[in-house]
Amino acid sequence: MDNMDLNAPHSMGTTIIGVTYNGGVVLGADSRTSTGMYVANRASDKITQLTDNVYICRSGSAADSQIVSDYVRYFLHQHTIQLGQPATVKVAANLVRLLSYNNKNMLQTGIIVGGWDKYEGGKIYGVPLGGTIIEQPFAIGGSGSSYLYGFFDQAWKEGMTKEEAEQLVVKAVSLAIARDGASGGVVRTVIINSDGVTRNFYPGDTLPLWHEELEPQNSLLDILNAPAPEPMNI
Amino acid sequence: MTIMSPEASSQRTLYPYVTGTSVVAIKYKDGILMAADMGGSYGSTLRYKSVERMKAVGKHSVLGASGEISDFQEILRYLDELILHDNMWDDGNSLGPKEVHNYLTRLMYNRRNKFNPLWNSLVLGGVKNGQKYLGSVSMIGVHFEDNHVATGFGNHLARPILRDEWKEDLTFEEGVKLLEKCMRVLLYRDRSAVNKLQIAKLTEEGMTISQPYSLKTFWGYGAFQNPTVGAEGSW
Repeated sequence: MDNMDLNAPHSMGTTIIGVTYNGGVVLGADSRTSTGMYVANRASDKITQLTDNVYICRSGSAADSQIVSDYVRYFLHQHTIQLGQPATVKVAANLVRLLSYNNKNMLQTGIIVGGWDKYEGGKIYGVPLGGTIIEQPFAIGGSGSSYLYGFFDQAWKEGMTKEEAEQLVVKAVSLAIARDGASGGVVRTVIINSDGVTRNFYPGDTLPLWHEELEPQNSLLDILNAPAPEPMNI
Repeated sequence: MTIMSPEASSQRTLYPYVTGTSVVAIKYKDGILMAADMGGSYGSTLRYKSVERMKAVGKHSVLGASGEISDFQEILRYLDELILHDNMWDDGNSLGPKEVHNYLTRLMYNRRNKFNPLWNSLVLGGVKNGQKYLGSVSMIGVHFEDNHVATGFGNHLARPILRDEWKEDLTFEEGVKLLEKCMRVLLYRDRSAVNKLQIAKLTEEGMTISQPYSLKTFWGYGAFQNPTVGAEGSW
C-alpha cells in the first residue's frame, strides 16, 4: 500500500509557458508540485520574481530551480545597484544560463525567463537542461509541454494583443493539465509590459472543459433530483 | 578521489541535452561552403527549429558545430576572448583558420583528458591569403584536415557522395548543389534532421550566411505508393 515514495525529491512535473506579444510578455504555469506520486503542493507559484521587470517560470527539481532563482535575484540586485537602472531581460537570462551551464552535472531544472526592458521591449529566453540559452518568440517547458508542441505549431501567431496572448497561455496550460499527470491545480499568469506587472489566477472551474471531461457537480444527489427533462417534440 | 567514483559524476559531463545534428562542409573555387540545419533536438523531440549552428570566427573563419548546443555557445565565448586578445596586439596579424583549428583541438583534447568533454563535433573552415583551410575536431580531440568534412550522420551519408562528386575548383553553384544533395539525403535518413537549413559561404572577402530555407523532397516513386504489392504485411 505504501508504494508512494514520500521521500522522493520534490519535483514540479509542470507545464510552463512564456509568450511575447505586441508590447510585452505573458508567462503562465500550472500549480502542482509532486513528491513521487503525492501532490505535495496543489497551489504552488512557479512564476517567480527576479526584479520589477523580469520574472521566471521554474520547472524540474523544485529545490534546484528555487536556489537558482535565489542566486540570480541576488546577483541582479547587485547588478541593478551598480548599473543605476533596471536590469535587462537578456542579462537576467544570461545569469540563469551561467548557473545552469556551470553546474549542469548537478542541476535538473528548466527555466523560462521573461520580462520587459526599455531597450528590447518584451523578450522570452528559454534555458533548458544543460544551460543552452535560446531567445524565442514563445517558449514552453516542463513535462506538460510535450502535449503542447502541436498546439502551438497551429495556434501561435506573431503580433497578438495582450488579451489574445493571455487567452492562448491559459488555454494551453489547461490543455496540458488535462493530459499530464504531473501538471494540475490552477493556472497562474503574469503579464509584464511597460506599464508594469499584472498577476492573474484561474482556478479549475474557470477553465474550459476538454474531451471526456464533465461539468463538475456538487453531488450525485443534485443530478438525481434534477427536474425531469422536457419531452421532445417529435 | 578517483574520477570513476560515484561522487565524481559531478566532475564529468555524462550526456548531452540539446543537440544539433550533422554539419557538412567543402572547399570550392573561392573558399569554403558549409551547411547545417537549424534543429536543436531534445532527445527524440525536435524541440528548437531556429538554432544557428554556424558562426563567423574573426575575419577569416567559420565554425559549425553538432552536439550539445550549450557547449557550442561556450566555445563561441572562448573564441570571442581568443579573437579579442588577438586584436588587442594590434600588430596587423590575425588568427587564421589553421590557428583557430589548432586552438579548438587543444581545447577539446584537454577537456577529454579531464573526463569532462565539450560534447561537440566541430567543423572549422576558412580562407586566409588565398589559402583555403577546412578541418574538423571531435569531442575527444581527434582532428584532421581535408577537402570535405562532415560530422555525425554526415560522415556516413554525405561523405560517400562527396568522395564521388567533389572536385577541385567547384563553382559556387556546383558547390551549393552538391551540399544540398547531401542535406537532402540527411533529411530523408537522419531522424534528428529538420527541414530548415542555412549555407555559409566563406571567401577572402569574409563570411556570408544564407537566410534559413527549406528543401523540396521527392516521394513520387511507384514503390512508395504501393510498397507491399505482392507481399501484404511487409513494409
